[in-house]
Amino acid sequence: MLAYTIRRLLMLIPVLLGMSIVTFAIIYLIPGNPARIILGDHATEQAVANLEEQLGLNDPLHIQYLNYIANLLQGDLGTSIRTNAPIASELWPHLAATFELTIFAIAFATFVGVNAGIISAWKQNSWFDYLSMIIALIGVSMPVFWLGLMQQWIFAQELGWFPSFGRDNPRDPVQMITGFHLIDTLLNGRVDQFWTALKHLVMPGIALGTIPMAIIARMTRSSMLEVLRSDFIRTVEAKGTRTFFVIYRHAFKNAVIPVLTVVGLQTGTLLGGAILTETIFSWPGIGRYIFEAIGTRDYPVIQSGILVIAFIFVIINLIVDLLYSYIDPRIKY
Amino acid sequence: MEREISPGKPMLPNAPFQKDPVEDSVSPWREAFWQLRKNKLAIFGALIIIFFVLVAIIAPFFTPYEYDQLNAGERLSAPSADNWFGTDDLGRDIYTRIVYGARISLMVGFFAVTGALVMGTLLGIIAGFFGKWVDMIISRIFDILLAFPSILLAIAIVAILGPSLQNALLAIAIINIPIFGRLVRSKVLSIRQEEYILAAKAQGMKNGRILFHHILPNSTAPIIVQATLSFGTAILEAAALGFLGLGAQAPMPEWGKMLSDSRQYIQSAPWTVLFPGLSIMLVVLGFNMLGDGLRDALDPKMKN
Repeated sequence: MLAYTIRRLLMLIPVLLGMSIVTFAIIYLIPGNPARIILGDHATEQAVANLEEQLGLNDPLHIQYLNYIANLLQGDLGTSIRTNAPIASELWPHLAATFELTIFAIAFATFVGVNAGIISAWKQNSWFDYLSMIIALIGVSMPVFWLGLMQQWIFAQELGWFPSFGRDNPRDPVQMITGFHLIDTLLNGRVDQFWTALKHLVMPGIALGTIPMAIIARMTRSSMLEVLRSDFIRTVEAKGTRTFFVIYRHAFKNAVIPVLTVVGLQTGTLLGGAILTETIFSWPGIGRYIFEAIGTRDYPVIQSGILVIAFIFVIINLIVDLLYSYIDPRIKY
Repeated sequence: MEREISPGKPMLPNAPFQKDPVEDSVSPWREAFWQLRKNKLAIFGALIIIFFVLVAIIAPFFTPYEYDQLNAGERLSAPSADNWFGTDDLGRDIYTRIVYGARISLMVGFFAVTGALVMGTLLGIIAGFFGKWVDMIISRIFDILLAFPSILLAIAIVAILGPSLQNALLAIAIINIPIFGRLVRSKVLSIRQEEYILAAKAQGMKNGRILFHHILPNSTAPIIVQATLSFGTAILEAAALGFLGLGAQAPMPEWGKMLSDSRQYIQSAPWTVLFPGLSIMLVVLGFNMLGDGLRDALDPKMKN
């Protein structure tokens, strides 16, 4: 296990290096002079030259890359051109907002998806099975931004159940401690604000969680169907174990590996995919941060934002891989 | 191993390799087609796709307006006999725009998937067939591309190249290359181990011939399944880029762009948002249903 963990960590190195080359290359792939494009046509030659100097564009390419890596390793993600602030410090509140949204979405998706998948497999070919698989099929085909718009229209504007955008009540903000509103409101002792924050989370969370929910439900169902056909399930049933325990304790435990893979993969996908949900619900997350940077041609922010998300994505995949052998001791490396 | 048996040497009687002729009388493709015909969802999906393809082809012949025809007097009017799906904020007929939008979406899906399929298959074959350092390099490139969440990578590519429908199409093709590449590579690796490939080599077949006569035909099934499913995903991704303003530009009637242009009128004129979204969903649903059906029919592992 230790040997495998080390080998798996070593395998990360070329991928991380490759990722850094890709994000490093972004600014050089821009057609034309990057400094000129960032500043626009009206900028003076002097301003362009200054920005080139600031971005280090005058150094030889390999020196630029080594500087880039050296800075990254020291936790320096560069400076935003638009705000002139270090990106690393600007990033955290956005990242926390996206984490909060993603965790809510994946928790919702996993809970609903896994249970729907289990019941579908258990009652195969029942009306519940058909219904939930049709919902799952529609769920994977739905554009998330359209689902979000429809939710806003029905549940916020027509019914008024949930707020249609933002994270909290802007007139009565809570003091930021962790960046997670659900935690910060409780730390501040503001239970009323906790409910407000939760209400803000419901619609974007469900919109973001719908596609993974559908994928998880389908994966759980097919994985469970396979396990339910196996001999040991027949033995457990013959022993007289109650159906509930057969399904949840014996069968699901053996069907969980592919489900876990999907949950892990989807969590990473959501971090990137959240950009659409964040745009619709004005959620101040990392996706919007990058998207706004595209609008203002703030290339350092684009580079670092994408690199950070990809880094988290890779780490999540690593954790999922390492979890396998913990959950299923039969897996040996 | 192939060098040990010279081409001129007569083959050993290879009875164990020969399949029972009776068992082989129905071609696997025909069997898959029969299987597919029994699958109601898949047939329904195929019908949806055929419907949209027809709509896209004959679009100009049965739309009463032009997709960019403004009508100041008819702003945001509700669905009626004149405007089946209502009009948008500039008085343009939404039904007409959706019909023309089908052309854009299907075209983007087709070219993006074809591009990704060709590039991915090529790279996958090279990696799987030649192995060693070639495989190492290509597989690492796939790993790196897959390390970025796909929509984010597409956004990054468009951010570099500038927003337009062509660049969005290119971005979607690029992010789908590793999906086909990995699929083909693993298929090539597994087929290479089969005995009939060994036999072909023993008979002195050249690499290229083995590739085109044995390995490619035997990896077609999973490629077809993946292409069908990717078609739907590509349409979703194109709509997402359009929605973010990074894909098709005004006045193109791209469905995602139509959604973002109309979202501010959702309360007073919900039809402006309802119909483009429904169209995206329906077309993607069609590809997903057909893709699922094809997988069940073509993938023997899934057969009950």
